[in-house]
Amino acid sequence: MPSLKDVKTQITGVKKTSQITKAMNMVSAAKLRGAQQKMEDFRPYAGKFNEALGSISSNMKSNEFPLMQARDVNTIEIIIVTSDRGLCGSFNANIIKMAEKLMNKYEAEGKKVSFVCIGKKSIRYFKKTGKVRKAYADIMGTFQMFNAREIAQDVAANFIAGEADEVQLVFGSFVSVARQVPTTIPFLPVQPIAAAEEAAGQSAGQQGAYTYEPSPEEIMNVLLPLYMNVMVYNSMLEVGASEQAARMTAMDNATNACNDIVANLTMIYNKARQAAITGDLMDIVGGAEALKG
Amino acid sequence: MATIHLEVVTPSGPVVNEDVDIVSAPGYGGDFGVLANHSLFLSTIKIGGLVYKQAGTEKHLMVSGGFCEVSNNKITFLVESAESGFDIDAERALRAKERAEKRLAEAKTQQEKINITRAEAALQRALARLKVAEKSPR
Repeated sequence: MPSLKDVKTQITGVKKTSQITKAMNMVSAAKLRGAQQKMEDFRPYAGKFNEALGSISSNMKSNEFPLMQARDVNTIEIIIVTSDRGLCGSFNANIIKMAEKLMNKYEAEGKKVSFVCIGKKSIRYFKKTGKVRKAYADIMGTFQMFNAREIAQDVAANFIAGEADEVQLVFGSFVSVARQVPTTIPFLPVQPIAAAEEAAGQSAGQQGAYTYEPSPEEIMNVLLPLYMNVMVYNSMLEVGASEQAARMTAMDNATNACNDIVANLTMIYNKARQAAITGDLMDIVGGAEALKG
Repeated sequence: MATIHLEVVTPSGPVVNEDVDIVSAPGYGGDFGVLANHSLFLSTIKIGGLVYKQAGTEKHLMVSGGFCEVSNNKITFLVESAESGFDIDAERALRAKERAEKRLAEAKTQQEKINITRAEAALQRALARLKVAEKSPR
């Protein structure tokens, strides 16, 4: 039987932990709102962008552009986007697991794999493999477009230089507050998107062809890098929102667990107290009986 | 007067979404104007001032790089950023302009030259902001 004092200390300790987890839960809830807002603000841009890209690329042969050229695949680069901070359940672990599986699959096929890591969690994990080509830490919090541009440009240059024949993007896609799914999407070479093709089909049915200024080829040379920015930025936004949602759930669970433990401990504490009182009473009664003689 | 629907969309959300009489924007080959029922058109957009007229009043926006699409009597701008003339802090733009000019003048070493493109872009943005701010009466 633990002593009364021990149990009391334990209860206070657990209560303090629950205060922290509860606070973190509320902070994530507030941050989630901000991140979700940013995602919603960005959506019209991304949607319109894909439409426009689709309508142009439908008129063009994809082999003309280095960023769209499919090559024999010997080296593969994986861009992995995770959060900078932990304490968000299995969110980061799931993304990392997915990227690692991908790596093992490609390496079993005899291909060379390199990583571009965004977010401290993936950097720390993949550092020990020695395959990290570029690492970007501490950029998840702010969601700046220029960060995404820098990454996209670097990856594109690497692709064009022939260092990587294919690039995959792994990130945590935000489905709902309760569900975040690790997702892999092919990043380079750029493939015409299904939705965009549909949009292109519609506009092709309209009145004749577009006037392009400058030439369609030159526009594509501007649009393709932009498209990569959009993809990277979008994945960063999604991971940002997912991270907060995952943390919110994790902290909610932690708070509940704390409350359960406190309830159990209080039960133990009360039992111990009762036992002590009973013991004392027995002593008194025993003493009185003895006096009566 | 027939109108055309104008949309200006940036990564941080839509900025303009209304029917206007005429739009003038800084395209690849210089400024171009778009009226109602324009034919299909697609152009890249440079840093500069975008002007649109609505019921006789002119409104000015500063836009930075992107592209624009005209189809179905609708003109859509997809740009990295867009600021209304009223929101521009002219003094700040002036300071940015001076800073960029100084940087361009002083860049001599190889390391500094790499930053020239960046300084030039900053200068262009500052100039465009100043121009737009000037045209928007307070």
